[in-house]
Amino acid sequence: MKEISVDIKSYLVENVLLCPTDNFAPETEKILRQIKREKNNTPVIFLSSGTSSIIAGSEKTYSAIQSYISDNRNDTELVKVGCTGPANFEPFLCVQLPGKNKLFFRNITEEKVELLLNSVFHNDIHEDDIVGQTGTKEFGMWQGIRFMDELPFFAHQKRVILSNCGCYDPESIEEYIARGGYRTFIKTIGNYTFEEVCNIIEKSGLRGRSGGGFLTGRKWKEALNTPSVSRYLICNAKESDPGAFTDRTILESDPHRLLEGIAISSYAIGASNAIIYMRSGSDHARKRLCKAIDMAREYGLIGHNIFSSGFSLDVIVRIEPGAFVCGEETALISSLEGKRGMPQLKPPYPTTSGLFGKPTVINNVETLMNVPLIMQNGPEWFRSIGTENSKGTKVFAVTGKSRYSGVVEVEMGTSVRTILEKIADGIKEGNGFKAIQLGGASGSFITEANLDVQVDFEAMKEKTLGMGAGGFVVIDDSICMVDLVRYYMDFIHNESCGKCIPCREGTSRMQEILEGVIRKPSSEDSGTTLERFKGVMQLESIASVMKDTSLCGLGQTAPNPFLSAMKDYREEFEEHIFDRKCRANICRGLRTFVIDVDKCTGCTACASKCPVNAIYGTRLQPFFIVEEKCIGCGICYDICKFSAIEVK
Amino acid sequence: MANTIDSILGKYKSGRREELIPLLQEIQEEHGMISEEAIVKVGALIGLSTTKIYGLATFYDQFRFSPTGKVHLRICNGTTCYINGAQSIIKIIKEELGIDPGETTRDGSFSFDVVTCMGGCSNGPIICSNGEYYTYMRPEQIPSLISSLKLTIDN
Repeated sequence: MKEISVDIKSYLVENVLLCPTDNFAPETEKILRQIKREKNNTPVIFLSSGTSSIIAGSEKTYSAIQSYISDNRNDTELVKVGCTGPANFEPFLCVQLPGKNKLFFRNITEEKVELLLNSVFHNDIHEDDIVGQTGTKEFGMWQGIRFMDELPFFAHQKRVILSNCGCYDPESIEEYIARGGYRTFIKTIGNYTFEEVCNIIEKSGLRGRSGGGFLTGRKWKEALNTPSVSRYLICNAKESDPGAFTDRTILESDPHRLLEGIAISSYAIGASNAIIYMRSGSDHARKRLCKAIDMAREYGLIGHNIFSSGFSLDVIVRIEPGAFVCGEETALISSLEGKRGMPQLKPPYPTTSGLFGKPTVINNVETLMNVPLIMQNGPEWFRSIGTENSKGTKVFAVTGKSRYSGVVEVEMGTSVRTILEKIADGIKEGNGFKAIQLGGASGSFITEANLDVQVDFEAMKEKTLGMGAGGFVVIDDSICMVDLVRYYMDFIHNESCGKCIPCREGTSRMQEILEGVIRKPSSEDSGTTLERFKGVMQLESIASVMKDTSLCGLGQTAPNPFLSAMKDYREEFEEHIFDRKCRANICRGLRTFVIDVDKCTGCTACASKCPVNAIYGTRLQPFFIVEEKCIGCGICYDICKFSAIEVK
Repeated sequence: MANTIDSILGKYKSGRREELIPLLQEIQEEHGMISEEAIVKVGALIGLSTTKIYGLATFYDQFRFSPTGKVHLRICNGTTCYINGAQSIIKIIKEELGIDPGETTRDGSFSFDVVTCMGGCSNGPIICSNGEYYTYMRPEQIPSLISSLKLTIDN
């Protein structure tokens, strides 16, 4: 990019954004190639820099590369890009040598940098770190190195909305424009009316990706057809399900396409105010997004009378102050109005009376990411992807006990088994498969028998499953289902807003009963067993009341993990209740601990940490645990450095 | 400190209700907590009683009413970290520091929060201490981690 001498902003606006055809002048093409760093005659290093990369240490890798470059190859350019894919490959590094294909390396921590770059610059590639190459099969190809799209992780995906992730510098609007960005937005506001855009989106069959699966185009029309002086578009980027990070990855890797989607959607419903509602705690994503908005404003893509079209738009970012329930539409609106985030009765729906009583459309990040692509490629293109009733693709955040984890995108109609076995490469550490938890804290479990279910709104509904926000947690047989259900119930109980009684009381009763199932009783007789059994039987009736009578989705779906686990893993519950046994050895209350006299060194670490003083002994002699006093908290087990404490 | 609260309030002159949450967020970002003084002043600006402001602020998890410690730990308890053993880590931290999540130790050196998903699922369990990440944590590493953090405070 160093060689470009023209004023880049006005050049791009005049020759690219406002260019009526897709065929640019040869000189423009050349500049665009330079911006995209194609056919560079100097090396370029791309480093992934999402939250997961930073956690894995990419910032340290970045400074190590910087100092390497300044010492050895100062013609090299170092660029931070978004997340490409497998989170377990972070920090993920890509090197592009002049005239050669891009090479990808995994787990490049700071100490590996020097060795790796030394070998790459001398064309001597280490087998261990290499993942693959991308590019042509001609001159630039590296012999004997496979292509990235041959990797099972990528081969079974269809990356449409993630296509830009990891390919460009998310902090550079120039690069996004060079990749064809924002042209669709300008064409849309110049050539189509509000209704026409709504019609195109409705025709494409795009459905809301947040769970309900409502037709996006129809939702927009409802808002557009409500007479009002102003309307609002809200982008719901508040995914706070434990284990969901798709929106954050998109915000960090491709904020400009999201902005373009927001701009087009705002135009379609005639809104001049758009609000991006983000979760708290993702500062990195917020910084990138705010920077993207500032740049778009500078380019005149956001603001008053955009490119003399008569359409004005202002985009602001709001950070949710930490309440899970605010993901619900009406609670989200209350929170934006400066009130407690509590849900309201529907109808009226937000499309007729939303923020400040004005028609409001709320779409989530994934839905909005599809919009620029549909406007660019046409509704027929979108209809050609997916199944009969569910068009397009679906993004999942695969985590848990699978070999590969990360954000993946598959075509609708792909089976869950393909995601698990092909993309995520099965279960790690040789354990057995137990379940997949889909859709976050209020989702259900997919068992072995249901693995062939397709990613499709109707197919999932038929099996009483839901995709939710795209959390895809792989669970192996080292995990206790009763404990996991209790974990989710804990979470929902904490997050219940307390407005309606079924949810407020129901979640605390359910949590209490589940707590009782895994707690160690002080005295064990047939009475307590009966008590536990009765409790679990009551759980089912509590669950059905909550489902029928709770005010919002949080309460209605809160019993889902329990009901789903009870249906498919009933025997585990029975073992906990009657035999007082946890087959995965997770539930602490059901374990007894003993100290192995041969391994114990008498360091006193366990005795000093025991909250009930149940561990006795003399210093430097083996200690022992008094079983009657032990409450089974497991602190001694966790703290022992010599693995001297065993579970009986 | 009073000046900064006033100067933040100065940015939100209109005093509209919808600016209440961003205003509280900005105060917390500057001061690390929402003090009694801040609540009274915000109430006067927005035209709401202090109980209403306090009620709203306590509804949301983000707001704190006591200062954070010199070392503020955030422990991830998202599903993946949970199934990889975050519970044991939380329990040991509680035991080591003698405080519950959201509290601060008496000498003001440590505070900790439990959060759901920081986004590093493949490196869990994760602890974040003043912006620095510790990955693949094991319960037995906690005591030494805390004593090394203590040293950084003393220096």
